[in-house]
Amino acid sequence: MSTLSEKIWERHVVRRAAGEPDLLYVDLHLVHEVTSPQAFEGLRAAKRPVRRPDLVLATMDHNVPTNDQRPEEISARQIDAMARNAREFGIRCYPTGDPEQGIVHVISPQIGLTQPGMTIVCGDSHTSTHGALGALAWGIGTSEIEHVLATQTIWQTRPGTMAITVNGELPAECAAKDVILGIIARIGTAGGNGTVIEYRGSTIRALSIEGRMTVCNMSIEAGARAGIVAPDDTTFAWLEGRPYAPKDELWERAVDEWRALATDADAAFDREVTIDATTLRPYVTWGTNPSQSVTIDQRVPDPESYREDGQRDSASRALRYQDLRAGTPVRDIAVDAVFIGSCTNARLEDLRAAGEVLRGRHIKRGLRALVVPGSMRVKKDAEREGLDRVFREAGFEWRDAGCSMCLGMNPDILRPGERCASTSNRNFEGRQGPGGRTHLVSPAVAAATAVAGHFALPSDLS
Amino acid sequence: MDPVRRVAGRALPLARANVDTDQIIPSHWLKRLERTGYAAGLFEAWRRDPSFVLNDPRYRGASVLLAGPNFGCGSSREHAVWALRDAGFRAVIAPSFADIFRSNALANGFVPVELDARLVEDLIEAVRMDPSTEIVVDVDRRTVAAGTIAGSFALDDYARTRLLEGLDDIALTLRHDAAIAAYEAKRPEWLPRVR
Ligand code: SF4
Repeated sequence: MSTLSEKIWERHVVRRAAGEPDLLYVDLHLVHEVTSPQAFEGLRAAKRPVRRPDLVLATMDHNVPTNDQRPEEISARQIDAMARNAREFGIRCYPTGDPEQGIVHVISPQIGLTQPGMTIVCGDSHTSTHGALGALAWGIGTSEIEHVLATQTIWQTRPGTMAITVNGELPAECAAKDVILGIIARIGTAGGNGTVIEYRGSTIRALSIEGRMTVCNMSIEAGARAGIVAPDDTTFAWLEGRPYAPKDELWERAVDEWRALATDADAAFDREVTIDATTLRPYVTWGTNPSQSVTIDQRVPDPESYREDGQRDSASRALRYQDLRAGTPVRDIAVDAVFIGSCTNARLEDLRAAGEVLRGRHIKRGLRALVVPGSMRVKKDAEREGLDRVFREAGFEWRDAGCSMCLGMNPDILRPGERCASTSNRNFEGRQGPGGRTHLVSPAVAAATAVAGHFALPSDLS
Repeated sequence: MDPVRRVAGRALPLARANVDTDQIIPSHWLKRLERTGYAAGLFEAWRRDPSFVLNDPRYRGASVLLAGPNFGCGSSREHAVWALRDAGFRAVIAPSFADIFRSNALANGFVPVELDARLVEDLIEAVRMDPSTEIVVDVDRRTVAAGTIAGSFALDDYARTRLLEGLDDIALTLRHDAAIAAYEAKRPEWLPRVR
């Protein structure tokens, strides 16, 4: 009687003793340029090698420019350090310019490195993305990166378990992004604290792997340590034939094992939440944390409508920062910029959804619009379908892969006061640049908003 | 990592909920290659407001931060802990913490004090009334005290030992090298290896 995440956990215990957390083995360690330099420096200082370079993959994504601009000096130092550390410690790295380079959470699944039942860590909180394939994956800090590099293991206290069951058919114009924004609106930014969330139910089963990645990606926005979906035929079909997927007889054996990972029928979760998908609508965040959202048909809420002091304060601070008035219909809010990208929504399916809206249309005059594919492979695949032309003709900039405007540490930032419809995952104050105002939406809503100049659904466009 | 038994000092009543790590240290500070030098980036955006509590001279030199629930949510950046430490803080007292912030804090001998929300409110009020109020966090006994306010906080035994002894995690783990090697020998064959 155990849940999916508990089964994976049990299979990775290297050492267990009373009064200690468990020591878990790490099947895959993903590394990027921003959170790793101090870890490599620590190894060097202690003259420690990387225990399993063959279980580590590095890339450069956070601070790299996504156009032909050169990185400024400080970023260049960090990029160079990544390349140097990878060379010195014998780690595979996909640097900028490499056809496999991209956002760390996009590239690993796409080459088939992310597989069901694995433990995966990365110095990045959105590592939860990999749970979409049935892996137990979570974000770690720099000290832990150093520890994993040196030992290929990590000390972890057992997380709690939470089931979020979403049943029913998604209404028209609702995407995976709206499922997760709807979940976070319901359970709050700390609703999943200390737990691994298993997403279940017919709505989740009907999502593509890309859609499941969008959902699992934002588990951390609900405070969860990880998010996971049980592997099924959709998972296996998606994975089969990818470069790192097992082949032939090994594939058969792996699939048998993976099927057995599902949560037992009589297993209990610490907490369960059920959501009726038919009640969901496209969401737009109005505030400065991902739970502060309403559906596109609603209005900016009045802070006074919150009963709890903390929520009321944080809502009024958010409205002040976002320069919004309570009662304003969401569709009346005009934007200055649109960003389609990030590890949440920059895979091929996301670009297709946005492209479909933009085909034969043009963005509102004066608006700044960027589309940044999640990886160079996504970019190439999209170009093969002619999506680059659709975006360009609509007035979007068509970029190289990277985190870009998701986090404001590369040249793509909002100017103070600029308002942006963004497909990323965080609307924190200044997240996209100091003073910038972020509204999280799905790719289709971002595209329609770019055309209308204010929040809009594709069906609102004439 | 230096051992920490006790943190005693004045406190800064930040008193906000859901303080995310993008506020604690904005991302453009993450380009540094070092573990130190982040003090000026701490709450950089909020600090531009002259009325922000960190700019209040009465709280200068505080070593304890008092905050609302879910402190340190968002990004995994350990830089958030480094920035707090560089600015002179040794402990944060809050009703709850985001998971990754908590483990990052423990890895740096920085004390995440998870205290009952009522007591946190009492402490905030006491410090606002008298900024010279000294707060004592006793890691060994897992207690917090300030004047007449006293309470105990949650900290598991292992975390407590790590703080008290300032253990080097990696050296500890490497003692289990045989167990790690034994585990490696029986990993399924199909698991991928990076080429
Ligand atoms: S796209 Fe954004 S959330 Fe994802 S890894 Fe990059 S910075 Fe982090």
